[in-house]
Amino acid sequence: MTELSKKRPEFRNINAFKDLTTYRLPLAGWVSILHRASGGLMFVLLPLIVWLFDTSVSSEISHEVFQSAFTAGLGIFPGWFIKLVVLAIIWAYLHHLIAGLRHLYMDMFHAVTKEFGRSSAVFTLALSIGLTLILGAKLFGLY
Amino acid sequence: MTYGSKRVVTGAHYGLRDWLAQRITGALFALFTLIVLAQVVFTSGPLGYEGWAGIFAPQWMKALTFAVFIAIAYHIWIGMRDIWMDYIKPVGIRLALHVFTIVWLVACLGWAVQVLWRL
Repeated sequence: MTELSKKRPEFRNINAFKDLTTYRLPLAGWVSILHRASGGLMFVLLPLIVWLFDTSVSSEISHEVFQSAFTAGLGIFPGWFIKLVVLAIIWAYLHHLIAGLRHLYMDMFHAVTKEFGRSSAVFTLALSIGLTLILGAKLFGLY
Repeated sequence: MTYGSKRVVTGAHYGLRDWLAQRITGALFALFTLIVLAQVVFTSGPLGYEGWAGIFAPQWMKALTFAVFIAIAYHIWIGMRDIWMDYIKPVGIRLALHVFTIVWLVACLGWAVQVLWRL
């Protein structure tokens, strides 16, 4: 039996609940959907990002408010939760940046082979997750 | 002739324009990240408030940051519009989300610009 005549599952009009759980994406597909998800996440969290910029940079007093958000918390949210959300922003930014640079590289050098798609996807995921873990460990005071 | 195979980037609504704008604004933000990061890394000793605020103090940095903020707001607009166009089909709901996106972005942009220029 040749590769082509093998019966493969076909997905049309993917159902978010029935099909997404079994749908197997190649790594380049994961980079692609995570590029979108990370961008969407940063859009939703944009007011928090501006707040972090505002308090960190405006004055020494506001800078203390900025710092205490990570230790004493902010409003009803405890400090560890703020750290977790900021870590999510850090991951989203790193992934979006590296996946975006991958796009630019592919456009500039016409790097559109299947092999490059896969190897650059591995690179993108490894670097973004690796840097997130390193910065996350710093954020949570592990070193 | 400026259509067909001779179309130009500066022309209107070829579909290429937003694609190119997304890449240029993204590259600008990557460059901006590098500029900020370099100043953070090359600060001697702990950064603290003074060092961090000092990065945004020079007039050239304010002007650059201002331009980059506007660029990234446009970048987010193109990205979010693409998301809504892919997943939201009813015109009324999509229009409402487009309006929400613009209000959300312009409000955040105004806030960020205010923070920047009162430094």
